[in-house]
Amino acid sequence: MNRSASPLALEVRGLAKRFERPAVDGLDLGVAAGEFYTLLGPNGAGKTTTLRMVTGLLKPDRGSVTIFGIDALADPVGAKRITAWLSDEPMIYDKLTPLEYLEFVAGLWGIESDLAHERANDLIGWLGLEAHGHERCESLSRGMRQKVSLAGALVHGPRLIVLDEPFTGLDAGSTRLAKSVLRERVDAGCSVIMTTHILEVAERMADRIGVIADGRLIAEGTLDDLRTQAGAGHSSLEDAFLTLIAQGTTAL
Amino acid sequence: MSGGRSIAWLARHETRLAWRDWFSLMTAGGRRRMRSVALGFIVFMVFLHGFAYLLLTVYHLPTGAPDKRILTTLTGVLLLSWSLMLSQAMEATTRTLYARGDLDLMLSAPFASWRLFAVRMGAITLTIVLMALVLAAPFIDLAVWWGGFRWLGGYGVAVALAMAAVSAAVVLCIALFRSIGPKRTRFVAQIVAAVIGAAFIIGVQLAAILSYGTISRVAFLQSEWLINIAPDGNSVLWWPARAVLGDTTALIAVLGFGAAALGAAIYLFAPRFEGYVLAAAGVSFDVKLQGGKSVGFRNATPMQVLRRKEWILLWRDPWLISQTLMQLLYLLPPAFLLWRNFGGGNGASVLVVPMLIMAAGQLSGALAWLAISGEDAPDLIASAPVPTAHALRAKTSAVMTAIVLVFAPLVLALAVAAPFAAVVASIGVAIAAVSAASIQIWFRSQAKRSQFRRRQNASRMTTFAEALASTSWSATGALAAAGTWLAVAPAVVALAILGGTRMLSPSTN
Repeated sequence: MNRSASPLALEVRGLAKRFERPAVDGLDLGVAAGEFYTLLGPNGAGKTTTLRMVTGLLKPDRGSVTIFGIDALADPVGAKRITAWLSDEPMIYDKLTPLEYLEFVAGLWGIESDLAHERANDLIGWLGLEAHGHERCESLSRGMRQKVSLAGALVHGPRLIVLDEPFTGLDAGSTRLAKSVLRERVDAGCSVIMTTHILEVAERMADRIGVIADGRLIAEGTLDDLRTQAGAGHSSLEDAFLTLIAQGTTAL
Repeated sequence: MSGGRSIAWLARHETRLAWRDWFSLMTAGGRRRMRSVALGFIVFMVFLHGFAYLLLTVYHLPTGAPDKRILTTLTGVLLLSWSLMLSQAMEATTRTLYARGDLDLMLSAPFASWRLFAVRMGAITLTIVLMALVLAAPFIDLAVWWGGFRWLGGYGVAVALAMAAVSAAVVLCIALFRSIGPKRTRFVAQIVAAVIGAAFIIGVQLAAILSYGTISRVAFLQSEWLINIAPDGNSVLWWPARAVLGDTTALIAVLGFGAAALGAAIYLFAPRFEGYVLAAAGVSFDVKLQGGKSVGFRNATPMQVLRRKEWILLWRDPWLISQTLMQLLYLLPPAFLLWRNFGGGNGASVLVVPMLIMAAGQLSGALAWLAISGEDAPDLIASAPVPTAHALRAKTSAVMTAIVLVFAPLVLALAVAAPFAAVVASIGVAIAAVSAASIQIWFRSQAKRSQFRRRQNASRMTTFAEALASTSWSATGALAAAGTWLAVAPAVVALAILGGTRMLSPSTN
């Protein structure tokens, strides 16, 4: 992937949000088109708050969010049209079947029915949900519900996929399946920004990794960049991450 | 841990949770202080006492030795109260069987599960007893004030009726569970609870219409026919009424019967509850298939898919269906009265119009809560490229369509008998439905649809505003159907209620 030749899929500038205390504090970051970007950070670092502001689920106190050149604060509907959001809590309806759910989501995004049907069937197949397409979601396991939710995020063909701990509740096989589906999307030109606590996932999947602490980006780059910044030589991402957090917390 | 300690410990645990739950209900999840809650409760009780005062000045308190007329009326009122308690107890028992909550934790703990269920049945009884006492207290207090301490027996009867209601509810739920299985019991029990809650009132109203052409329950309960066929004054049937009137022996007997019934239900069924609960838990893993294998997707605008989604979810919600059914059941007596008086003037239609308007307001409020606040995937809707206003409009129109589907046939039937009343009813139904939906929009919050039972948590204001607005529109409809310009007065009150509610709503502040 050549970042310099691609327009930014996501550009965040000076983003800030305060609850009882600052949750996000002047955050700057950029994700290139066709890039898989992972945001790491300890609990309460501001990862989810950042992603919710990016997807228009939370209003920032200040700052800007631009998605493929669209100002997401000025034109939220335009930005949402090309964005998908998936959290660790499956966003599904118990009384709908996976296929009904996908039809609903595709309809919300205004996708033409034939295309939506084709995509839905592909996703159901890829995610191994063929046997459950006509069962109400209330009878599905936690992992299957998360897969349905992932299919919903992909059925409208987003250009930017925003994922918050998407592999929570998935077994090893399902996680691998979901990772390969996401990798295919990125290879096809889609951009992904994802938070995760599973460092192995970040290590294997991310083109670049951002480390966030106390609402600020304290380190960013490829895995090698992070190792260098941490001064941790050839150590694992876990060592580099913990060193960066410790340094960042001290510096802040 | 000894058995006795275990039960006491569990009871303490359940009491603490119930207290916090109730406190949260009273404060709508806010951080108001105990003093505010107590003040609110006192105001509520004063209001109830005022209401009881108005009723008791119309229906005078009996004095002297009770005759059959008094016993019949009082027994009818007690039976009505008991049917409502039974309905509430059935709903609570069904919840104990099906709600998972902390059951996985409790059932994995090393103590005999019968203790847990004995405590839970006790907790249901306590809830029903408290509810009964709160509602009965104003009448009993005033009766004591006017008629002396002998009326204090009413408190004991309320407790006895609550205990008997819980034991009957447990027996009914278990009987359903064993006869039709865990899969259907959840739905059927809710329907049965709703029907029981409404059946007695409706039955008495229907009987009153049949015999006297009036919808008044008291007229039927005091009728010569009923008094003549009722058993003589020494019958056991009159014991609860006699206990209310101060007969100590009857009070002890009634209390003893209630306690024995509850004790027997706990003794017989608490040890079996774990089996029922585990069987009920298996139901949630049952697969529900929908549609055929070759379902094609339909082209639709985001507004259309939102509406369709709401209709599907409303249709597949058994709790909602039972609640709707109960609301519609209350329309049966006026509809029956209308049918009997067909072509006989507009007296009956004047009665039907306000009931239709009231029901439309209540149903619209319930549906609007489900569609607007009870959104299971709020983040999905919020992250979709649909402006919030459009999404709200789609959900509201889904609710309004459902209201039209339910009420159009009733209004059309009314149109055949009384065209002017039908016009008034259709306008009233529309206004009441829009008012209730508007209140839900102003006070919208986020909750799971499964929390429907606690929708009043969102705001005390919503509940009261909805009820007051519906009542005012209903009064407007009644007066308009009667052809009087006085209808303007309650309409102004309704508008003032809506205006005040709008000003107090979070969306304005």
